Amino acid sequence: MVVALDLDHALFEGLCRMGDSTLVLGHRVSEWCGHAPVLEEDIALANIALDLIGQTQLWLGLAAQVEGKGKGKGRDADALAFRRDAWEFRNLLLVERPNGDFGHTLMRQFLFDAWHQPMLKALEGSSEARVAEIAAKAGREVAYHLERSADLVIRLGDGTEESHKRMQSALDRLWPYTGEMMTSDETDRALAGAGVMAAPDSIRPAWEAVAAEVLGEATLKIPEGSHMHKGGKQGTHSEHLGHMLATMQWLQRAYPDARW
Amino acid sequence: MYAQMVKSEATTEAPELLAGFQARIDAGEKIEPKDWMPEGYRKTLIRQIGQHAHSEIVGQLPEGNWITRAPTLERKAILLAKVQDEAGHGLYLYCAAETLGVSRDELTEALLSGRMKYSSIFNYPTLNWADIGAVGWLVDGAAIMNQVPLQRTSFGPYSRAMIRICKEESFHQRQGYDIMMKMAQGTPEQKAMAQDALNRFWYPSLMMFGPSDKDSVHSAQSMAWKIKINTNDELRQKFVDQTVPQAEYLGLTIPDPELRWNEEKGGHDFSEPDWSEFFEVIKGNGPCNAERMEARQKAWDEGAWFREGLMAHARKRAAAKVAAE
Amino acid sequence: MSNEWPLWEIFIRGQHGLNHRHVGSLHAPDAEMAVKHARDVYTRRNEGVSIWVVPSASITASSPSDKGPLFEPSNSKVYRHPTFFDIPEDVGKM
Repeated sequence: MVVALDLDHALFEGLCRMGDSTLVLGHRVSEWCGHAPVLEEDIALANIALDLIGQTQLWLGLAAQVEGKGKGKGRDADALAFRRDAWEFRNLLLVERPNGDFGHTLMRQFLFDAWHQPMLKALEGSSEARVAEIAAKAGREVAYHLERSADLVIRLGDGTEESHKRMQSALDRLWPYTGEMMTSDETDRALAGAGVMAAPDSIRPAWEAVAAEVLGEATLKIPEGSHMHKGGKQGTHSEHLGHMLATMQWLQRAYPDARW
Repeated sequence: MYAQMVKSEATTEAPELLAGFQARIDAGEKIEPKDWMPEGYRKTLIRQIGQHAHSEIVGQLPEGNWITRAPTLERKAILLAKVQDEAGHGLYLYCAAETLGVSRDELTEALLSGRMKYSSIFNYPTLNWADIGAVGWLVDGAAIMNQVPLQRTSFGPYSRAMIRICKEESFHQRQGYDIMMKMAQGTPEQKAMAQDALNRFWYPSLMMFGPSDKDSVHSAQSMAWKIKINTNDELRQKFVDQTVPQAEYLGLTIPDPELRWNEEKGGHDFSEPDWSEFFEVIKGNGPCNAERMEARQKAWDEGAWFREGLMAHARKRAAAKVAAE
Repeated sequence: MSNEWPLWEIFIRGQHGLNHRHVGSLHAPDAEMAVKHARDVYTRRNEGVSIWVVPSASITASSPSDKGPLFEPSNSKVYRHPTFFDIPEDVGKM
């Protein structure tokens, strides 16, 4: 029984890692709504944010179910999204990076999509049917996200001198946040061992191949430094997340008895 | 409305041409971009459709103000989808205007330089979450009053854009009312937010229809050309009559002590909005005019490298393709 | 040279095997991006399964006789549809 409870705990963590990353990135992308460089792009970005928010509802909804099973805790996806503090968030550091200029936003999206797509592919084979089901649905959406962000990174990398410079500087700035996506910790290994979720380090070959191909075609140079930031998946975040949550959670926190 | 106080342009063509054109409109025919049309018709339409498009784009901002603070995941998704629709509606309308020989960039520059206007309503702030409900319920409600008849407008591309817009718009007002119901039936604070939102948005919503145009020459010409279908007063009356029972259902009070049913005219009597305030807002002195234009200017300026970068890449690809052939 | 993206006409074939239908226009730097934009702009309610894009400048028009386009909604984002929201009958038409 102890083993089963531990696996449920690991699964709850694993689901929050997926759901918090889509929540935080969806939120960041939604910040562009009404402010993008051209109407067509404003609309396209909103579609991506909508997909990510929809995926969040599924991942965190399942996390809440898994959590409730053991302890009788009655949380739902909204309670997880709006009533946890920063240290309880399990998202990748990459996705909480501020939007920066539009190039920064697109580069962040590409680096994430290039991981997200093979990760979901692997999760489709989960021994936990509910995980496999969410991964299959999200995978169809994310395949398009990757196609789009890769295409834009290539075009802007190989566009004007200015667009190239902006994309290179975005890559330089964001690169140290990519390592965390492909590093497995104990929780990841427990889930992988049980066949429930794929180990992040198993995604590395697919990610590196896509990154090298796309960034190469974009005429961008992969930064040389090997230092990688980490901690998001364990709840140690940058200063940026707290400010995002202060905005995002404000109504729920200020009026805890209200229903919306 | 979204296109308020659109002045119609004088037209100087030969009377028999104008009569022939008017006969087509009277027969219910659609005018298409390649058809002959009076210069006044073309210019008035560019102004009206352009103003309508600008209103959709600037209209993203007050609601967008709450996307990052929406209180649940579902509310966030719904609001985002709605504001995205507005971007889409702006896009359809710009395309309709472009068939008249003006480019979207030209229209954008006219907006940013202040040569073209957008609806006064979007210069009011959204200050609490119930404002998102009020905007959907009242502002979209008022807009729909105008847009539904415009599906029958005489200019084909405008009419087709309005048909698509009305089809998509139908969920907007309902989502607004849905928020208002939750707020009005919620905690005392929520109810107070709902009443506060109604208090602030009532008169600006009435202003959306524009000042009385009973005797306006411009309106008469636009109505003859079927680019304006109803008078401002007709639409305003219809809006008030529709909204009063909806407010009653919510248990909210419309901030007008003069508001009462008039059996004789079969409609409500109500107070006029403060038209001097309206003209100040149109002139640029509303609470948010400066912020709205700053936001649009910033998106345009800071997006230039992106638009140019993609164009440059497309040219490179096209050149490489030609070289390979 | 103008940096304004060229205008494209968008044609979409719906899920029921009907012909491609003109649904509107948009701006894009080239054909590939026009297809992507069309997907994002004109199939937000899953209206189509196949997209054609044509530079507006390449269209040769006879006398116009277009009728307004029709769109097939989908159920993937139910909140986009008015019936998602229950509105009490007392409040009248909305």
